[in-house]
Amino acid sequence: MICQSCKEKTATIHLTEITSGQRCETHLCQDCARQQGLTVKTQMPLNELLNTLLSAQPKTGNPAPSSVSVQSEHACPSCGMTLKRFAAEPLLGCPNDYAEFQVELLPLIEQSHNGKSRHCGKVPAGTSDQDRKEIQLIQLRRKLEQAIKNEDYEAAAKIRDQIKQYP
Amino acid sequence: MRPADLCNYPSSWFGGGSDVVSEVVISSRIRLARNIAGYEFLPCLPPDRQRQLLNRLKDILLSIDLGNKVFFVDIDQASDVERNLLTERHLISRRHAHGKGPRGVVVAEDEAFTAMINEEDHLRMQVFAAGLQLNACWERINRIDDAIEKKIDYTFDSRFGYLTACPTNLGTGIRVSVMLHLPALKLTGQMEKFINTARDCDMAVRGLFGEGTDATGDFFQLSNQVTLGVSEKQVVEDFSSNVVPRIIAYETQSRQALLEKRPFALDDKIQRALGVLRSACLISSQEALFLLSNVRLGVNLGRIKNINIATINELFMLTQPAHLQLRAGKILDADQRDTLRAEIIRTKLSPN
Repeated sequence: MICQSCKEKTATIHLTEITSGQRCETHLCQDCARQQGLTVKTQMPLNELLNTLLSAQPKTGNPAPSSVSVQSEHACPSCGMTLKRFAAEPLLGCPNDYAEFQVELLPLIEQSHNGKSRHCGKVPAGTSDQDRKEIQLIQLRRKLEQAIKNEDYEAAAKIRDQIKQYP
Repeated sequence: MRPADLCNYPSSWFGGGSDVVSEVVISSRIRLARNIAGYEFLPCLPPDRQRQLLNRLKDILLSIDLGNKVFFVDIDQASDVERNLLTERHLISRRHAHGKGPRGVVVAEDEAFTAMINEEDHLRMQVFAAGLQLNACWERINRIDDAIEKKIDYTFDSRFGYLTACPTNLGTGIRVSVMLHLPALKLTGQMEKFINTARDCDMAVRGLFGEGTDATGDFFQLSNQVTLGVSEKQVVEDFSSNVVPRIIAYETQSRQALLEKRPFALDDKIQRALGVLRSACLISSQEALFLLSNVRLGVNLGRIKNINIATINELFMLTQPAHLQLRAGKILDADQRDTLRAEIIRTKLSPN
């Protein structure tokens, strides 16, 4: 199949959109898809991704708010890790790095975890009640989304009632 | 017990029952990544503190009830061939085998539980089971995790969950995997179906044996990639009731199609493989893997009688390079390994 846009290359991206009952199919090659802003889901290695994100940040120009002006040479006061070192081998130096480099790491975390950035799994026994409740709430909201997606409205109503019970 | 003692036995978790599911799903595995509060992650942890952490975690693991006798191996002190044996048996990762600094592994004697200390994270525990038993794996590893947590504090954050050295493991730190044998999908040229399903579900596919992803003898490992924003149970559930049943269906449909449409071509492949295995005097690990895979398919489909599936499963494990060398009690070059491998296979598959 030939790309609908450039009519030259082979179409490898096939998009089916259904809007108000109307089915519309688009067939594009990789390049045209990228031009039209359709991202292709690939597993980009973490360090490559980080390098892309870092280089996309303005190096000079307007003084950005202090939290985002972190240059890659900036070191974590607790372990000495820098983003430059992390970009070379994507391993952090200590738990504090997640707070120290949160602005830069967040897009990376979301990319690796399907857009998600909040824990909703097991919680150690020593966790405070407040934290535990927050995590349980996130779990319930996810379940609610899932139930709605599956059109299981009875289950969804039950989950909604459970969510309401949280202060 | 020492690593060398393992080289004559198959792994307890490698292959099991004779139902359709166990034909395709060789084993299930769940891994948890954890780090200990008060210690830097390994890239920034000085060697003396690594040593201290190794001893602390080792003492804790040896003091709790792991449901089986356990032994500890100091990987830094182990010989190359011992490290390779542990890697071939999937008890430690390649990274752990070839890493640096104080590090070790606690292994249950049935090999269904291992805990690597000072790998990429301070603690990486895994539980194995034969066939598709992810719920059982989760229950077991969750209990062990609870027991450890009573003795030491993990680094945990209410937003990001269990903190890991690499952000890709953040949150639950869980890696759920199934080892799959998909010979019919490969033979019918439908691997894309499998790869696409894996990709759509944000899962990674790797070869089960050897270094690369090619030539792994139709054995694949499928594992989740998303660890944050999903609960452990959801990941397990997604595997058990969504992804794996779909892949089993693809593989069984392909097997059925081969039986119906190309029975002679199928038998030819299977019988030739058996013929070569029964008569070869030199055989490389890659060739053995490839041929054993066809024979395994033949046994599963009832095209080969009088060979037990357990024998085939055992051969996959015991004919790997480090296994052969520990069995021989000396370092062997490639030719010697190929000779010994061929000899073991001939003996085990002999019709008499």
